[in-house]
Amino acid sequence: MDLTFYIAAAIAVFSTVMVVTRFNIMHALLYLIVSLLSVAVIFYLYGAPFMAALEIIIYAGAIMVLIIFFVMMLNLGPETARQEKEWLRPGMWLLPALLCAVLLGELVYLIAQSKTPVTGITPVPPKEVGRSLFGPYILAVELSALLLMAGIVGAYHLGRQKKKILHRFFESNAS
Amino acid sequence: MNTGHYWLVIGGVLFVLLNTAAGLIWLERRMLALWQDRYGPNRAGPFGLLVVLADTIKLFFKEDWIPPFADKVVFVFAPAVVVASVLMSFTVIPFAPNVVVADFNVGLLFFLAMSSMGVYSIVLGGWASNNKYALLGAMRGASQMISYEVFMGLSLMGVVVLSGSFNLREIVEAQRGGWYILPQCIGFLIFFIAGIAETHRLPFDIPEAESELVAGFHAEYSGMKFGMFFIGEYMGITLISAMVVTLYFGGWLGPAFLPPVIWFVLKTFVFIMLFILLRASMPRPRYDQLMEYGWKILFPLSLVNLMVTAAIKLISNE
Repeated sequence: MDLTFYIAAAIAVFSTVMVVTRFNIMHALLYLIVSLLSVAVIFYLYGAPFMAALEIIIYAGAIMVLIIFFVMMLNLGPETARQEKEWLRPGMWLLPALLCAVLLGELVYLIAQSKTPVTGITPVPPKEVGRSLFGPYILAVELSALLLMAGIVGAYHLGRQKKKILHRFFESNAS
Repeated sequence: MNTGHYWLVIGGVLFVLLNTAAGLIWLERRMLALWQDRYGPNRAGPFGLLVVLADTIKLFFKEDWIPPFADKVVFVFAPAVVVASVLMSFTVIPFAPNVVVADFNVGLLFFLAMSSMGVYSIVLGGWASNNKYALLGAMRGASQMISYEVFMGLSLMGVVVLSGSFNLREIVEAQRGGWYILPQCIGFLIFFIAGIAETHRLPFDIPEAESELVAGFHAEYSGMKFGMFFIGEYMGITLISAMVVTLYFGGWLGPAFLPPVIWFVLKTFVFIMLFILLRASMPRPRYDQLMEYGWKILFPLSLVNLMVTAAIKLISNE
C-alpha cells in the first residue's frame, strides 16, 4: 500500500517536472496526462475510487484531449520548440524556482508540524459522494451549473454563424 | 478466489481475447463476402482459416518504417495505447459468476475511463505522423470520439439507476428478474450507436475514411504497428459487444442447460455479427451529419431517457 503510493507519487512529481521543462508542447501535454493518471492512482489508493475514475474520465480523457486537439490544429513544429528554447534560458528559471522553493519549504514545514498522521483509510463509495454533493454541498453544485450554463450560452454566441447569402437572388428571402 | 484461479482467469481472458480478435479478421472477411455474394478468403487452410496467420507473417516481414519527419517516440507509443486501453477495459467484465479479473466497485466508470484513454491512440498517431491526411483523420477522430463519449456515459446511467450500482457483476445479478433491454431499449440503442462511433467502425469510420483520407490517422503506419491498430479495432468490437451483453442482455444469465460462460460468449458473438452486418450494409455519413446526429438527436434523447428512468424508479420506490 505504502510502496504503491510512493511509486505513484514519484511518477506524479517526475512527470510534472517534465511538463514544465519540455520545449515541445505536445510532449509536455503527454507528461501532464501521465501526471493526472498517477494522481488518479493516489485517489484510488486513499479510498476515493469514484474520484479516481472521474479524474481519468474528465481530466485525462476529455479536457486533455481538447487541449491536445487545439494544439494539434495550431501545427506547432520544431521551429516553435527552438523558439521556446531561446525564450527559456537557464536564467529564466531562477526566480520561479526560488519562489517555488519557498513554498515547498513552507509545505514541508507544515506537514512536519502537523501531529495527525493519516491513519485508517475509509473508502468513500459513489453513493456517499452523490449524497454529500446533493446534500450539504448543493450550493456549490448549483453554482457550477450556473457557470457551465454561462459557458454554453457564450459558446453558442461565439459559434453562431450569420446566414451566408451566396447569390443576390436569395437576398430577399433570407433577411 | 485463490491465486491459481486468478492467474488462470487472466491467462484465459488474454488468450481468448487475442485469438478472438485475430479470428474476427477472418470471420469478418468471410461474412462480408457471404453478404456480398462472393467467396472471400478460402484458400489457406480449412475454410481459409489460416489467412490470418498468413497476414500476420506478412505484417512481421514487412519493413517497419518510421518516417523521418515523424515524432519518433510518440509515433511508436500511439499504437500501444489502443491495445492497452481496450485490454484494460476487459479486466472489469464478468464473463461468468467467478470468472472476472477485477471485481471493481466502480467497474462501469473504469470502462468509460479506459475508452476515453483510447482516443489518444488516434490523436497521437495522427499527430506524430506529421502528415496532412493523418492529421485530418486524427482531428475527425478526436471530435467524433469525444462527442460520442458524452452520451455513451449518459446512456449507461439508466442502467446504473435501475441496478443501483457501478459494479458490473452486481448489474448482471440485478438482471435476474428481467434483462435491461426491455426498460432501457432507448439507452441500449444510444449505447450501441455510440459504441460503433467509439470503435470507429463503419458506418462511423470517418477518421480513416479511405476514399477521402488515404487511410486516415494510420496512413503512415506499416508492419506490426499498423497491425496493432487493426487488432485494437477488433478487440474494441469485442469489448463493445461484451459490454452490451453485460449491461442490457443479462451477461452470463441464461437457461441452465449451458454453462454461464457459453451464454456470455454466444450473446457477445451475436453482437459481433451485428457489427459486421452493419459494415456490410450501411453507407458512411458525412462528417457534419455525424456530429449533428450525435449532438442534436442522440444527446437530448439520452438525457430524456435518463430523466424518465430516474422518475419511474423514484415513483416505484415510494
